[in-house]
Amino acid sequence: MTPVLAVKNLVKIYRTAGAPVPAVRGVDLEVEQGEFVAVMGPSGSGKSTLVHVMAGLDSRTDGEIWLAGERVDTLGEAAWAVKRRKHIGFVFQFFNLVANMTVADNVELPALLAGQSARQARERRDYLLGELGLTAQADSPPGRLSGGEQQRVALARALANQPTLLLADEPTGNLDSGNTRDVLRLLKAVHGNGQSIVLVTHDARVATMADRVLTLCDGQITDDGRIKGRGGGVSDVVRLRG
Amino acid sequence: MRLQLLALLAKEPAHGYELKQALEQTFGNAYPSPNIGQIYVTLGRLEKDGLVRGVDVEQSNRPNKKVYHLTAAGLDTLAIWADEPTEGPRVRDEFFMKLVLAPMTGMADRMALITRQRRHYLALMQDLNQLLAATDRGNRYAILLIEGAMLHLQADLEWLDRCQEELL
Ligand SMILES: Nc1ncnc2c1ncn2[C@@H]1O[C@H](COP(=O)(O)OP(=O)(O)OP(=O)(O)O)[C@@H](O)[C@H]1O
Ligand SMILES: [Mg+2]
Repeated sequence: MTPVLAVKNLVKIYRTAGAPVPAVRGVDLEVEQGEFVAVMGPSGSGKSTLVHVMAGLDSRTDGEIWLAGERVDTLGEAAWAVKRRKHIGFVFQFFNLVANMTVADNVELPALLAGQSARQARERRDYLLGELGLTAQADSPPGRLSGGEQQRVALARALANQPTLLLADEPTGNLDSGNTRDVLRLLKAVHGNGQSIVLVTHDARVATMADRVLTLCDGQITDDGRIKGRGGGVSDVVRLRG
Repeated sequence: MRLQLLALLAKEPAHGYELKQALEQTFGNAYPSPNIGQIYVTLGRLEKDGLVRGVDVEQSNRPNKKVYHLTAAGLDTLAIWADEPTEGPRVRDEFFMKLVLAPMTGMADRMALITRQRRHYLALMQDLNQLLAATDRGNRYAILLIEGAMLHLQADLEWLDRCQEELL
């Protein structure tokens, strides 16, 4: 089957006033349809850069990016944007919500941009806000919400167009355990729907929900594997920590 | 296990099997189920040290059972235990010893050690996640015990990242 997303020898070097910063240094990755991949790694290892560049939100320095079987890094910006709206939902680490629109409009917009009818978009928005416990905030501007609430709005927005691939950068970074549970429940439903997920996280609990965990260090993938717990006999786990 | 048994006996006298059941009920399935033999051995030692006193209770058509009572000395020991702080995080870490020393033997390289350890911790985390999902929400002690183990694992994983950044 064609991978939903594939990158080959992906490189990103930030060129700022000072010395160039190589943030992603030759990453090869394929995400299969329906696969849930977690990306872990220390702060500054290039996790956000990787997902931004894969989504086409930031330019690549070198390498190839394939989305749903089509090479996209050589497309013009407008053509890539059309593909992105259709296939990708993106959750920003620092939310990026539109400040002068209500929460409801923030969530509805991507669905409308992806070509859904106003009614479909509204129904989808109501469902997502309900699942994430945000119905009461629908008419507020995002700036009036707590960090954790804004984070959930960002997730709802990313899921509005029912993307084939969800790229989520620390979607539980600001949440307490109750809200984390809501988000994980929704992600499970998304995964169960056959949608693919690439999720950046520091939280190992969140990562172990994935089929596969990548470790990024210094812009390179240093490990890529499936997690296999033992299932039974777990009381030894606690004994180890005892 | 000495102090756990003393603490349970402070509430009421009990025999070995009752103590095992009380530990299981309190801490749930997250807690390693105590071995009954180990409980009897510990009770024997506590008795020798004068911290508990065993009283034989006759049972019709069964061997006598021994019911244990806390002594005054046992109560003092418990009071000291309750008053003093508990040991903090471990400074001796088996994995860290291996990480530092094994490469010197030429038998393992650090990247492989860290990667294997990380996978092991993630697998443990997955087991804990399943255990948490299977644990009755009403058993607060069991839930907190599992959550504590998860937070420790999270810290261990972050420390592995630090080791990888610094040593590789
Ligand atoms: N816009 C930018 N311009 C210059 N350098 C950047 C820029 N964005 C990120 N970097 C640098 O690239 C490297 C990787 O950053 P990135 O944000 O991808 O890390 P991260 O793994 O997401 O970290 P965190 O866990 O803290 O979110 C860092 O050295 C960072 O300073
Ligand atoms: Mg980041």
